[in-house]
Amino acid sequence: MDILVVLEDNRGSLHRMSKEAIAGAQKMGGSISALAIGVNADAMAGELSGVDITEVITINHDLVSSYNADGYSDVVSQVIKSESPKTIVAGHSYQTRDFMPRVSAKLDIPFIPDIISMDDGIVKQVLNAKLNALVTTSADQVILSFQSAMFSEEAMVTGSCLARSIEVNLDSSIVRSEAEDPFQEDAGDVDLESAELIVSIGRGIEKEENIQMAFDLAKVLGAEVSASRPVVDSGWVEPFRQVGSSGQTISPKLYFSLGISGAIQHVVGMKGSKNILAINKDPDAPIFEIADYAVVGDLLDIIPKLIEALQTEKDL
Amino acid sequence: MKIAVLVKQVPGSETALPILGNHKWIDEEQVSFVMNPPDNFAIEEALLIKERTGDGEVVIVSMGPTRVQKVIREGLAKGADRGIHLEEDGQIQTDPLSIAKSISSILMDENFDLVLTGLQSDDTGMGQTGVLIGEMLGMSTGTLAMETDVQDSAIRVKRELESGWFQWVKLPLPASISIQSGLNTPRYPSLRGIMGAKKKEIKVVSPSDHQTDAILQSIDKVFVPQTSKQTEMIEGNADSAVTRIIEILKSELKVL
Repeated sequence: MDILVVLEDNRGSLHRMSKEAIAGAQKMGGSISALAIGVNADAMAGELSGVDITEVITINHDLVSSYNADGYSDVVSQVIKSESPKTIVAGHSYQTRDFMPRVSAKLDIPFIPDIISMDDGIVKQVLNAKLNALVTTSADQVILSFQSAMFSEEAMVTGSCLARSIEVNLDSSIVRSEAEDPFQEDAGDVDLESAELIVSIGRGIEKEENIQMAFDLAKVLGAEVSASRPVVDSGWVEPFRQVGSSGQTISPKLYFSLGISGAIQHVVGMKGSKNILAINKDPDAPIFEIADYAVVGDLLDIIPKLIEALQTEKDL
Repeated sequence: MKIAVLVKQVPGSETALPILGNHKWIDEEQVSFVMNPPDNFAIEEALLIKERTGDGEVVIVSMGPTRVQKVIREGLAKGADRGIHLEEDGQIQTDPLSIAKSISSILMDENFDLVLTGLQSDDTGMGQTGVLIGEMLGMSTGTLAMETDVQDSAIRVKRELESGWFQWVKLPLPASISIQSGLNTPRYPSLRGIMGAKKKEIKVVSPSDHQTDAILQSIDKVFVPQTSKQTEMIEGNADSAVTRIIEILKSELKVL
C-alpha cells in the first residue's frame, strides 16, 4: 500500500474534503486504500464503489461508532502499523486537526498539515499566507492533510474498488472522553451555498452602523450577504452568514467582498468563487492576490455611490 | 488547578517579511514580533478558569530565542504566576514533533491539570503542538474550544465543528485543549500587573536540557506565492471606481 486516505463521515455521507483527498491521492499515484470508520463505514465505502482505487477498508467497532479523538487515533494508528502505507492523507478538516496529531505522536510519523500544492514538493502557506514554504521530511512515512479545495472532488478518477472489513482490538479504557450530540446554534434561513451572487462584509466596514450599506448593495444586486469571522464575532452579522474554515464554503458566480483582508481562514471558504471583486483600502491586502478585480479605495465612499448608480441602471 | 499556557512569539501582521539570502526563513533581525494572536485567548481562558475555581496556578511556557521572554512577561503582567522559557539558539525549530518532545520533557514533572494553547501559530501554522504534547503526556485532548466548564476531575469543552455545528465533550483531567479565537475578550495588563510581573519568576531551560536530535520535518525554502490569476487593479477616485464596477457587472460578468 502506497497511500492510505483516512475518510471522514459528515453526518452520514462522505465529507467533501475526503473526496478531494482521494482525488489528490490519485494524482500522487501508486496503490491507494481508503479507510472508513464508524457506523456509516459501509455507506462511505458505497460512495466510493465507482472510484479508481484499490480498496476501501471498513471498520465498525462500538468504541468508534461515532467520532472521538481517543478511539480514532488508536484505530488509525493500528491500521498504519498493520498496513504500512508510505503516505497517509486526509482533508485538513477540523476533525483531522483534532485527532491526526495524536496519530503522529503515537507512531513518531511527522504530520505536515494544510498543504496547498504537491506539484513541486510539499508546499504549505506560512506567515498568514504571505509566504509559501517548501517542507521536506527525512522520515520513511509521512502524514499529509490537504487544504480545502486544493484538489477538486470532480477530479476523482472513476473505476472500481473492493471493500474489505477488518477487525480491530480496542480496550474500552482508551476512550476517555464523553461526547454529546452535535448541535447547531442558529441555522438561519439563508442558503449561501446556492446563491449566485454574494456580497461579503469584512472588518473594513468599520462600524455596525455601516452594515446596512452592504445589505442595501446586496438588495439592489439581488445578492445574499455573507461575512468574515471578525464581523460575526463582533455580533454585527448572524453566525450562519460566516464564510471560511469555521463557516461555510461557497463558490458563487460573483463574490463581491467589502473590506475583507483575505486571511487564509476566510479564503479557504470562498476561493472557489468564479469571479472575485474586492474593495479594500490596502493595495497589499492578500484578498487582491486571488481577486479578478481589485478596487483600491474606501468602501464607505464607493458603496453609497455604487448603490445609487445601480439604482439608476435599474430604473433605465 | 494547575494550568500551563503554551505561547509563541511570531512576526506581527504588519511587519515586513524579508526572506533570508539562503531562502530558509525570513530575516528575523528585521522583523517586529508580537504574541501569537490566538494565544491571547488561551491566556485569558486560563486566567478565567483560575478565577472561577478560586485557586491554582497559571504558568506561561514558551520556546525560542531570548526575545520570547517578552511574551512570557506579557502573560505574567496579565496575571499569570510564573514562566518557563525553553531557550533555543540559532535557527528556530519548525518540526512540531521535536518541539512537542522538548516541551513535554519539561512539562512532565510539573504535573499540570490543564495545558492550553491557541488554535495555531501565525508563523508556521502547524496547529498540532498542543495535541502532540497531550498524547505524549498521556492526557485527554480537545481542540477548538468555544467554551470551557471545569468540573471536579474533568473539563467540559464546547468544540467548534464545521459549518456552524458544535459539540460538548467531557474530558477527564489532565487534558490538553486548544482554544478557538474569539471565545473571550483578552484583558490588557494593568500598570500594577506590569510592575508585579518584573518580580515573577521565569525559569530558563538551556537548549542542551530539552532539545532532541531527531528532526523529522523542516522548512527548506520560503518564497513569495506566485498568483496564476490576472488581477485588474482599479485605482483612482470613488466615481471612476463606480463607473468601472458598473461596467464589469454589466458587460463582463453580465449579472445586472
